[in-house]
Amino acid sequence: MSAMVDIRSVTKSFGSVEVLRGIDLTVRTGEVTVVLGPSGSGKSTLLRTVNHLEKVDSGQVSVDGQLVGYRRSGDKLYELRERDILKQRTHIGFVFQNFHLFPHLTVLENITEAPVAALKRSRKDAEAAARRLLERVGLADKADAYPRQLSGGQQQRVAIARALALEPKLLLFDEPTSALDPELVGEVLDVIKDLAQQGTTMIVVTHEIGFAREVADTVVFMDDGRIVEQGPPSQILDAPRHERTRAFLSKVL
Amino acid sequence: MPLTSDAPAADAPERAGPPPTEAPALKVVPVRHPARWAAIALTAVVLAQFAHGLVTNPGWEWGVFAQFFTTETILRAVGTTLQLTLYGTALGFLLGLVLAFMRLSDSPFLKTVAAGYIWVFRAVPLIVQLLFWFNLAYLYKRIDIGIPFGPGFFSFDTVNLVGAMSAAVLGLALHQAAYAAEIVRGGVLAVDDGQLAAAAALGIPRLRQLRRIVLPQAMRAILPNAANEVISLFKGTSIVSVMAIGELFYQVQVVYGRNGRVVPLLMVATVWYVLLTGALSVLQHYIERHFAKGATR
Repeated sequence: MSAMVDIRSVTKSFGSVEVLRGIDLTVRTGEVTVVLGPSGSGKSTLLRTVNHLEKVDSGQVSVDGQLVGYRRSGDKLYELRERDILKQRTHIGFVFQNFHLFPHLTVLENITEAPVAALKRSRKDAEAAARRLLERVGLADKADAYPRQLSGGQQQRVAIARALALEPKLLLFDEPTSALDPELVGEVLDVIKDLAQQGTTMIVVTHEIGFAREVADTVVFMDDGRIVEQGPPSQILDAPRHERTRAFLSKVL
Repeated sequence: MPLTSDAPAADAPERAGPPPTEAPALKVVPVRHPARWAAIALTAVVLAQFAHGLVTNPGWEWGVFAQFFTTETILRAVGTTLQLTLYGTALGFLLGLVLAFMRLSDSPFLKTVAAGYIWVFRAVPLIVQLLFWFNLAYLYKRIDIGIPFGPGFFSFDTVNLVGAMSAAVLGLALHQAAYAAEIVRGGVLAVDDGQLAAAAALGIPRLRQLRRIVLPQAMRAILPNAANEVISLFKGTSIVSVMAIGELFYQVQVVYGRNGRVVPLLMVATVWYVLLTGALSVLQHYIERHFAKGATR
């Protein structure tokens, strides 16, 4: 299968702190990659470079064969104009740890905003699609609610529906269940599992080891800005080769 | 002092309460507030005395007040005051919005220009500034619109262009813009970063991000301060009286200059200012309610 995401020797520093120290990673179309690692290991930053929410210092990221954020001409990379970057992002869905729903818009307006504004869909079509998505995440009756009237789990499911409304080729999840009460984690993971079973390509940064075991095609373990090891979940989770991975897993399992 | 404290109940034997008997219907007696009653009485006396004075003191000349409160001169002056407020607010906040986004931009040049503007226009007293604009013709005889430093296509005599009224509006608006810029900037900064990240991740075009996502949320922080500014500008229009513009305060002065009834005519102006400020406060309430959609407080 072809590569949906291709990350090559990506580095990134915040001031004097090196957050990513040369990352190479390939995600094949239709596969689920779960990124594990301690806080501060750079996994969220890596995820944000994939849709150019974070600019890389060196290296490159391609999604579906297209460079993200840059245009190559000869041996130079030209930064794209914001308008073109925004267009690229419509192909990449992003789900945040803290949902970041728009609090002043209803659930339905949250979901239809991007299709109407970025893809120029008619409001009617966008609303019909939004209602189908709400049904899919089990929130058909919440279309007219405001985000603050929903539980955390419900908000995150709306956020997933909002990302899906652009019909992205790729979905990125940044610790989608870390801000949730334990009893609400399951309902969000169920939605993500459902998407995985339908062959959606995704990268999921998470601390849910059980979820990784069940859904991931590839598990990536990161520490200190580097990928320590990667492979199928059975290998990484049950027979890790690196001491650092073993130490991490012994703490979270 | 111990940093940790064990719950004292932990090792205390469980106290056996009185055997459960028929619970008598106990009446709750609220605590009394004698000092509060004294304060109320005192305040009431002072208020009553003030009201009594308003009614009985002949110096208020309520007859004169009633005679002038709704005369055409005064009504027209109220209209002028409202016009100055409206134009000053509209232009001021429009320019303020531009300045705020200049100051929030990534360009050091635009940032510095906006900061410089805010510095200067907050520093120069409004009355000084108004007199400057009023005397603009002394500096520039004609104003040409055309290529910068090049030939002009349209030209105006400054004296005609900047009449007293437009000089006043210009002065009020430029003054207001400096404050409005900071209020808008504060409102935008109050919006969570995540909102912009989410909008950017969804590929929503930049201007639409501002108009649909950022500004409506910023409005909640902007409105109370903006309302303060509008009300303060509304009263600030009285300064314009130095330019002999027939707004409320100027007109009142003209009338009492003629008939010598200073106090009742000052009351005419006062009551109009109070009533219209009340109306603005009511308007503020409804606008704030509109922008509170989806908010829990």
